[in-house]
This record gives sequence, structure tokens and C-alpha cells, in this order.
Amino acid sequence: MYHLFKSSFACSVISTFLFSILLSAALSGCDSQKSGQKNTHPRHDRIETKGDMVAQLTSPPNVPAPVGNRPAKKLKVEMEIIEKEAELSDGVDYVFWTFGGTVPGSFIRGRVGDEVEFTLRNHPDNKLPHNIDLHAVTGQGGGAEASFVAPGHEKVFAFKLINPGLYVYHCATAPVGMHIANGMYGLILVEPEGGLPPVDREYYVMQGDFYTKGENGDRGLQPFDMQKAVDEDADYVVFNGRVGALTGDKALTAKVGETVRLFVGNGGPNLVSSFHVIGEIFDQVHVEGGGVVNDNVQTTLIPAGGAAIVDFRVEVPSTLILVDHSIFRAFNKGALGMLKVEGEKNEKVFSGEILEGIYRPEGNVIQEIEPDSAEAKPVKSTPLTKAEKIKVGKLIYDKSCFACHQPEGQGLPNAFPPLAKSDYLNADVDRAIKAVIHGLSGEITVNGEKYKSVMPAQVLTDEEAANVLTYIYNSWGNNGTEVSAEQVSKVRKQ
Amino acid sequence: MKRLCWYCFLYISSLSVLHSVCAADVASLNGGKYVPLYGAKSGEEITVRSFSLQTTPVTHEAYLQFVRTHPEWRRSKVKRIFAEKSYLQDWTSDLKIPPGRKKSPVTHVSWFAAKAYCKSKGMRLPLLKEWEYAAMASTEKFDARQDPEFTRSILAGYETPKTYLKEVKHDPPNIHKVYDLHGLVWEWVDDFNSVIISGESRNDGDKGLFCAAGAVGATDLANYAAFMRYAFRSSLKAHFALKNLGFRCAKDKE
Repeated sequence: MYHLFKSSFACSVISTFLFSILLSAALSGCDSQKSGQKNTHPRHDRIETKGDMVAQLTSPPNVPAPVGNRPAKKLKVEMEIIEKEAELSDGVDYVFWTFGGTVPGSFIRGRVGDEVEFTLRNHPDNKLPHNIDLHAVTGQGGGAEASFVAPGHEKVFAFKLINPGLYVYHCATAPVGMHIANGMYGLILVEPEGGLPPVDREYYVMQGDFYTKGENGDRGLQPFDMQKAVDEDADYVVFNGRVGALTGDKALTAKVGETVRLFVGNGGPNLVSSFHVIGEIFDQVHVEGGGVVNDNVQTTLIPAGGAAIVDFRVEVPSTLILVDHSIFRAFNKGALGMLKVEGEKNEKVFSGEILEGIYRPEGNVIQEIEPDSAEAKPVKSTPLTKAEKIKVGKLIYDKSCFACHQPEGQGLPNAFPPLAKSDYLNADVDRAIKAVIHGLSGEITVNGEKYKSVMPAQVLTDEEAANVLTYIYNSWGNNGTEVSAEQVSKVRKQ
Repeated sequence: MKRLCWYCFLYISSLSVLHSVCAADVASLNGGKYVPLYGAKSGEEITVRSFSLQTTPVTHEAYLQFVRTHPEWRRSKVKRIFAEKSYLQDWTSDLKIPPGRKKSPVTHVSWFAAKAYCKSKGMRLPLLKEWEYAAMASTEKFDARQDPEFTRSILAGYETPKTYLKEVKHDPPNIHKVYDLHGLVWEWVDDFNSVIISGESRNDGDKGLFCAAGAVGATDLANYAAFMRYAFRSSLKAHFALKNLGFRCAKDKE
């Protein structure tokens, strides 16, 4: 609503109009957005600071309160560098180097014209010197040289926030690649005068790639692998510093009808992110975190050492999945997060499944399943032996199941339950059949871990379902059950 | 051996000003040539003359003897310009070393203090080029810098927290019979800041250190470990006394 108070009448008219669509103003202000000219904000040297304040820093996925209408101030930022061991994935430990104890580092939020006094402390227990290069800084090395600090020491330097936008900061001490690879990056947001348009929820998400001596999933403390980093052969690609940082209980949340803003960064060191949210369209994206706003975006490219501001309104209840759409990174290396949207359904926007049919290319029609269809058309050939079922079932598994449940049935922590040695699976065959043919949603507990994702119904014939289940039951330490087409058919009719 | 130790004991307890050290604690290194990461024109070999080097970093135990005989280097007496506030910070008093760390390297010592210690033993701090020369040797090779396993283990050591608590001679010595150049603590060298402050290498140094440019080939893993040492040294000032920084002494060969 603050748009109405903007000085220029023309601007406020345009703004009001845009706001009625959604989240109108660009970082650079509406004048410049419309005219395409360079931003018309008052020159930074004409912005005077009024008073001091200590910046509130937040750990991901939280962000500090918006600047709103506050005047530019002298902003004190105090940040501590901590080298510490933490989990990169379940059972996999890693020595992270952090700004503020988290990967990514603490979120810094200021506004154009703020004069920042930055204190960088290097904890005495740390082994290495560090520094900070803030992309929001205009000056030598983004502050890298001025902030270069030995363990047990602190450095103070000052700078003025001149350009609005969302910027990456990172450590730039030799070897730079290694400092970044170990987690030394974060985001600093410089809001325009008057702040970004308000939204209901704001979150901080940052991608990073990790290189470990062991392969993905190898347990124990994993040292950094320089050769893999040089080869850009990442073992883990994650949001917010670990596999599962944004899934399960730690998923982001929103309610139907709310506007959500994600401050998305990419620390690298190597990989460029194709950031996408499954089941959502970005209403607006501040491309590369700058002044250009693009509307109606499916996937936005976030360079290593770059960022984007992504705004969207959530319309229907669902679990939105945040991924790097270089998709093996999401399903095999960890670049997967969740945003759970709760609230009333809106069947106009999304109906859910209305009808399941059989598609016959030769007939070029879609037919409804008839209650007896599966049974009515028995396979002509003799029934498969158990060994044959397993063989055929594996092919189906590799086509339909492995992307989520993984090649060895191990699943993905906090996202997709394991099938290997699965108590849930082995306890109840009919329940397993039901999950395959009807899908499964709601919370379940598998091997002591809770899962709350959605498994879609698989379009398989009774034979196919029986074969794939037989394969699963006879693999990876499961109980060896043989499932027949008749059993499947029976469950289907229930 | 017994006799040797008896000699050591005599040496320490007699507060000898003899400029000699117990032979068992010192390794003798033959000189040689190598190409360092910094400190020479690119690709040029530098020459290291034969020298002696203490086989381990100076321990708390040894440093305690030093401050007993050199009160000006006790924690309460030291001049602030020679050692910052964190000097010997972990000690419980002027003459009480941190419990359980008799045989672990003394840390929280400044460059001035390290220099004074070595002088008191008739020795000196090693030169940067000497230290790097000794430290490029593995258990089997004089120059193991191209050996990926060697480098990997050094890098792993740099990443492991709290290694300053370990006792000296924790791992086997290198081919020069020198222990613990990697894996325990960083070590002062006499000219620790030479790469950064000498002449126009200030700018060269900045480029190399902050942007990891040019100076290092992308595939040269060995240099990555050295890089971290140069970066560390260039963050130091002579009065700094850090938790992970110790030293050992060297001597010209007679």
C-alpha cells in the first residue's frame, strides 16, 4: 500500500495498477522499469544517514525484517567466522568453514544509502585466515583485502551500499575455491529506498556444491577433495548446507493465498543452478538479483556467485518441491527442498486426478478402467515364474521407481522412503500393492524415519504391478514375497 | 642413548649458555635446489644451503624451561609490542603450562618470542625457503609435492580442528628425520612476511593470494597446500600469538 504515497503521481498510478496484478515494483523503482532507463534513485552521496543501528543477522532459511520506510543509517554488522564439523547428509560429516556458524552464512539486510561498519571476527580456534568479499561493495576486492584476518583477530572496515539488489558474499582467501567449497558464502540484500513491496513470507535459500573424498553417501567424516573440485565433479549439490535442510520437518511453509518471496543465492563454487519450484510458476523474478524483473518464469538461472529474488503467490494446497532442474542434482545429489502449502483446495486452479484411463495408441482412444478389465483379459502365455517376474519387474522398476526410490532402493533421506530392508513394505503386501496402484500420501514411518511426501499412482497393469513388487520384495534384504496379478486385481477392486 | 639424555638433562638443568643443543633433537639437512611457489622469479630454482632443524616443534615443556630462565618472556612480564594479549593464553599462570600438554607444541607465541627462544639456544628461526624445503619431503621422497596422497594428507591436516592438542612425534618423520611439519600447528619462520611486503611483490602477492590467479595451475594440487601456508603467513603480524601457531628452531651448518 505504500505505493500510494510515492512522490510521483504517474508512478503511483502505474504502481497501483501493477499491484493489482501482483507485487509490482522493481528494485530499481517503477520509473526506470517503465522507461528502461538507468535507475533514477538519488545519488548515493546525496543520501544522508540518520542514526545508528546494529544489523539483525539471521540464519537460513530466515531473513531479517524488511527495511520498510526507515531512513539510511549507519549500520553495524558483526560477523564471526567459525570452522566447524557438521552433517552434510545423514551420517556424513564435513568440516565446514562458515560465516556465522551456518552454511550459507548469516543473511544481511540493509538499504541503499546505509553506511555499513563491518566487523569480521576470526574465531581463535580456527586454523586459517579468512576474509570477506561482498559483491554489494564497491571497492578493492569487495572488502577482501581490508578484511583479511588471522585466527583470533578481528578487522573492521566500512562501505556504503550504493546499488540496490541481492548480492552474494564469500571468502576470498587463497585458495579461494576451497574456502567457497567449504561453505563460505551467503547473501546480502540491499533494498531500494522504501523497501521491496511487502509479501507474506520471505525465505533464504542458497545452493552450493560439495566435493568429498568418498562418494555420495559414504559415511563418516569426509575430507574435501581438491581434485574433484577442480574437475567440477560434485558429490553433493545442496540447498542450505546439507541434504534435507529444507525437507520433512524443516520444510518451508505457507498458506494458500499468501505471497512468498525466496531470496535464492548460489555459492557455487562451480555449478550454475537452474532453479525451479515444482508445481509453481514464479510471478516475478528479479533476474540475477538486479533491477530487471521478469514475469511468469518457470526456471531461473542462478550463476555461481549470483542470486535471484523470486516472488509468487501460492494458490492451492500442495507440497512444492524446490530443485536445481539439472535434475540429477536434485534426485541424486541433494538439491531438493520443500515448501508446504496448506489451506483450502481450489479445484478450478488444480483439480487433482479426475480420471484414470488406459491409453491405447493403436485405438487412439482413452478408455476407462472397467472393474473387470484386468481379470477379463488373462495373459495368454503361461504365468511367469518367480525368477522371470523379478527380471521383468526390474525393468519396470528402473523405468518407473528408481528416480525417487533410487537404484538400490535406498530412497532419499527426508524425501523418499527406502524400499531396501523396509519394515513398512515387508509388514503388509496389500498396503504395498495399494500404494503402487493408487498412490500414497500423508505421513508414514519407514524404518523409524517419518516421510510426508506424495507418491503418485503408477499406471501399471496388474501383471506389471505384480512383477515390480515381486522384484522389490526379492531385492535389497526384503522378505522374498511373490506377488501375483490376482492379488493386485483383488486390491484394485476393493 | 642414556648418556645422551643425561647430557640433555645436564644441559637444561645447568641453565647452560653454551650455544649448543642436544644432538638427538636436531636433524641435519643437506642443501639443495627447488622451485618455490613464491619468493623467486617464476620457475626459477632457489638454493638452500645445508642447515640443521629441530626435529619437532618446540613443546610446552621446553618453552617452560625458557621462561624460567628468561623472566622477560613470562606471560605477565612480556612487553605488549612484542606479544599481543593472547600470548601464552592457555597457561594457567606464568610458570604453569596448560594441563596435559607437556609434549604438545607451544602455541600462542609471537614471532619475537620465538626468535628469542631460538637465540637462547644458539639457534635461529628457519628461513621461509628452508622451512618449505624441509616440508616438501615425505617419508620417502625429498620432494613429494607432486605426490597427490602427500598433498591430500597435508590438506586434510589443515582442515582438522584442534590438532594443536596432539603430542609431537605423532606421525612418522619425513626423509630428513624431521617430525610434524604438517598436521599439528603452523610454524613461524624468520621471514614470514617477506613474500607479501618485499618490493612490488605486494601486488603480485595480492593477485595470487586473493584471486588464486596465474600463479597456480589449476591441476597443481601441491601448490594448493603451499598456498594455504602463504595465505596464513601473510595474515600475520610479528606480535600475533595464535592458538594454532608454534615454531621450531634452525641453525647454519658448521
